[in-house]
Amino acid sequence: MSERLCPRDEAEVVEAVRWAVSNERTLDVAGTGSKAALGRHIQTDLTLDLAALAGVTLYEPEELVLSAKAGTPVAEIEALIAASNQMMAFEPMDFGPLLGVAPGGGTLGGLMATNLAGPRRPSAGAARDHALGVRAVSGRGEAFKAGGRVVKNVTGYDLPRGLAGSYGTLAAFTELTIKVLPRPETVETLLVLGLDDASAAGAMSAAVGSYYDVSGAAHVPADIAARIPAVAGAGRAVTALRLEGVKPSIVHRRGKLEEILRARGALSFLGEADSLAFWQAVRDVAPFALPEGGSVDTARAVWRVSAAPMAGAQIGAALREAGAASFYDWAGGLVWSEMADGEPHTALVREAVARAGGGHATLIRAAAPVRAAEEVFQPLDAITGGLIRRMKSGFDPGRVLSPGRMYAGV
Amino acid sequence: MSGLVMPAPNADVLARRAQIVADLRAIVPGEGVIDTETEMRPFESDGVTAYRQMPLAVVLPSTTEQVSKVLAYANANGIPVVPRGAGTSLSGGALPLADGILLGMGKFNRILDIDFENRAVVTQPGVTNLGITTAVAHNGFYYAPDPSSQIACTIGGNVGENSGGVHCLKYGLTTNNVLGVEMVLITGEIIRLGGKHLDSGGLDLLGLIVGSEGLLGVVTEVTVRILKKPETARAVLLGFPSSEAAGACVAAIIAAGIIPGGMEMMDRMMVHAAEAFLGAGYPLDVEALLIVELDGPEAEVNHLIERVAEIGNGLGCMTLRASTSEEERVAFWAGRKAAFPAVGRISPDYLCMDGTIPRKALPLVLSRMEEMSEKYGLRCGNVFHAGDGNLHPLICYDANKPGELEKAEAFGADILLLCVEVGGVLTGEHGVGVEKRDLMPSMFDETDLAHQQRLKCAFDPDALLNPGKVFPVLHRCAELGRMHVSGGKLPFPDIPRF
Repeated sequence: MSERLCPRDEAEVVEAVRWAVSNERTLDVAGTGSKAALGRHIQTDLTLDLAALAGVTLYEPEELVLSAKAGTPVAEIEALIAASNQMMAFEPMDFGPLLGVAPGGGTLGGLMATNLAGPRRPSAGAARDHALGVRAVSGRGEAFKAGGRVVKNVTGYDLPRGLAGSYGTLAAFTELTIKVLPRPETVETLLVLGLDDASAAGAMSAAVGSYYDVSGAAHVPADIAARIPAVAGAGRAVTALRLEGVKPSIVHRRGKLEEILRARGALSFLGEADSLAFWQAVRDVAPFALPEGGSVDTARAVWRVSAAPMAGAQIGAALREAGAASFYDWAGGLVWSEMADGEPHTALVREAVARAGGGHATLIRAAAPVRAAEEVFQPLDAITGGLIRRMKSGFDPGRVLSPGRMYAGV
Repeated sequence: MSGLVMPAPNADVLARRAQIVADLRAIVPGEGVIDTETEMRPFESDGVTAYRQMPLAVVLPSTTEQVSKVLAYANANGIPVVPRGAGTSLSGGALPLADGILLGMGKFNRILDIDFENRAVVTQPGVTNLGITTAVAHNGFYYAPDPSSQIACTIGGNVGENSGGVHCLKYGLTTNNVLGVEMVLITGEIIRLGGKHLDSGGLDLLGLIVGSEGLLGVVTEVTVRILKKPETARAVLLGFPSSEAAGACVAAIIAAGIIPGGMEMMDRMMVHAAEAFLGAGYPLDVEALLIVELDGPEAEVNHLIERVAEIGNGLGCMTLRASTSEEERVAFWAGRKAAFPAVGRISPDYLCMDGTIPRKALPLVLSRMEEMSEKYGLRCGNVFHAGDGNLHPLICYDANKPGELEKAEAFGADILLLCVEVGGVLTGEHGVGVEKRDLMPSMFDETDLAHQQRLKCAFDPDALLNPGKVFPVLHRCAELGRMHVSGGKLPFPDIPRF
């Protein structure tokens, strides 16, 4: 592991980056390192460890806004806002279980740098949809800010959004301002049992396209459902439709949805506790979890594919040829696939996505040498790649910030 | 035009006008190129009619290929390009340049694909915002962002400005509802970003394009997500004896975990103006009027209406009426929606401002605005997207009285600076354009602006796309690219290391 530089404030982050630029040293921009195995595998001279930049600096529940230093643990923020019955509505997933890292270890900076989302993504958006403001240090060794602290703002380019998902390759976040929202009072889940993947896509489309505010729609085939305790008892594939809100509303909506879905398969139901457990398992991809301390280098490869919702099942079917097991979130538009072994079958995946009308496939879990050699993110066409390289040159001309973490040369 | 400085026209381009028009006609034949003064007149300004400028020529392409060729030609010849949708900008975003091509996208007016199963619509950019909703309404769907110009404004313009509307707190702005675009760069190259899927896993170029005010490229196709229309919507009118009490009610509703579909506030002047204009039935004895709309499944709406009523009563509201029919709900909104024409009736001209503030600062901001109103001797009414803190002060003036426009503009600038001072921003949904361009340094320092411009440089290094908008000073990209690092190597900083 490379030497870690641990700045204590933004001024020290500036100093560290300026030093790296003038001495031509590369920095791996990191928080606690909980997602170190995500993205392309890179080796840098040092690690820029931002974990010491921690603490919530502003929280005004009535204004729906929270600011915190980049190294603030996500778990701390979630606990704080839960006490005011609020949440990060984008339901950030925890990559820990998938990557063999202890759960609950991420920071706010890491959350935004990887643009986390969860099952509520179709209705509530991803982290980038909740990014209001940012302070950061670019690879030029300059501190800058963008956005603001109000929920409606179009002043200048939306850099808070653009930097979300940039994996530290353009700038190191020092402080972030996000939108928070009220937590639903309660949650229940309607299950349709025994559907195949394609029928499930139709059922989810009907449910999400109804009046009844479905805030999560996932389909888990039987063999994978067996690995999720909340639904293992069904013994069949489950297509799960989440209803959140006030109790009288849920009762009404559940009744209406049952009318819509009755003809498609046997119906069942999860109460609040089982619902919370089930959706957390879907969010964190628990069926493909590595035991804590397990190595991604020897694990089965895992892909995350974002596609048009009705195209998900087709992609799952194509990957089954390589022995992959898949389940679906986002009403079918998010495919999680675990390959038969460590071989990622990248060409097969890219072709399946292209044939299904396009989308974005990310190699989430693979051995370091694989992630060093392959394109981890959806490959860019030459023109878009040129734009991104020029953005890198503008923000980080010396290519000192996590170079290559997303794309070679960026 | 009052004191607005635009980039000096390139004399060489002006001198070559006849040749340029001929070259453009070779790309966009027939009536696609307009160069006579009479025919160009409708394009000389957008929604900000105080600013006017005749363009070099107006080009109205109808295919992506034509857009590509026009931009490549402009790039090769150093000619600025100003993209325009319906021309409803409230910040002067489509103000032409004397040496620039005005690129009107109105002929891109077809919806290409309606996909209910994937809840997406693929459309050309010249389709109106409301046109998308109209095209999917037969199946109970709609497109959520609803700027008040939605009858006229185009989806391409919405992408450029990241337009909002009264429902953004619950349903988001344009950026949260756009899934993909096809876009032409200044080089003429065509890129596609996103599609019918949700997040792409890489850098969010799409998110940077939305709200970039035509400075990064020209959008030629847009994919948006559509939503099922809520089963029910009901509105509550709540009148309060002070703006503080109304503000407290807004805060209490949100603190109770309720996110209304819309939550609007009007001050006394606006209530009276709206009532005089169309007799909406608003109470005239209140200092502040709230319209709170709950939407969703019927059982939920009825439940939440009761909770909002309890909150209002607990905070001393003077009038409280919940709509009991769709007609009544629409009537509650009619006065708010007619706010602008209502002011037009009591004042020959008005300026509409667009700052956003932290909601808790509302009483302070309103009282300071009253002081400003006295100082400038101009009346000012307020409508307020109360849920998200987006303030629309309407400054009344008479353009025929010498100096009044300048006074109104100075009043407006003071209001926006006040918004920034209390922790807010210059624009919540109208964009920076030319109108707020010179106020940008009040929010952003030079380093902040330089980083924004570096994004611009990645797309448009010669600053040919919509120059003179958004940035008070557009630095040369070569200058921005230079890195100022001390000569030798810096010593290792005194930072903890392990």
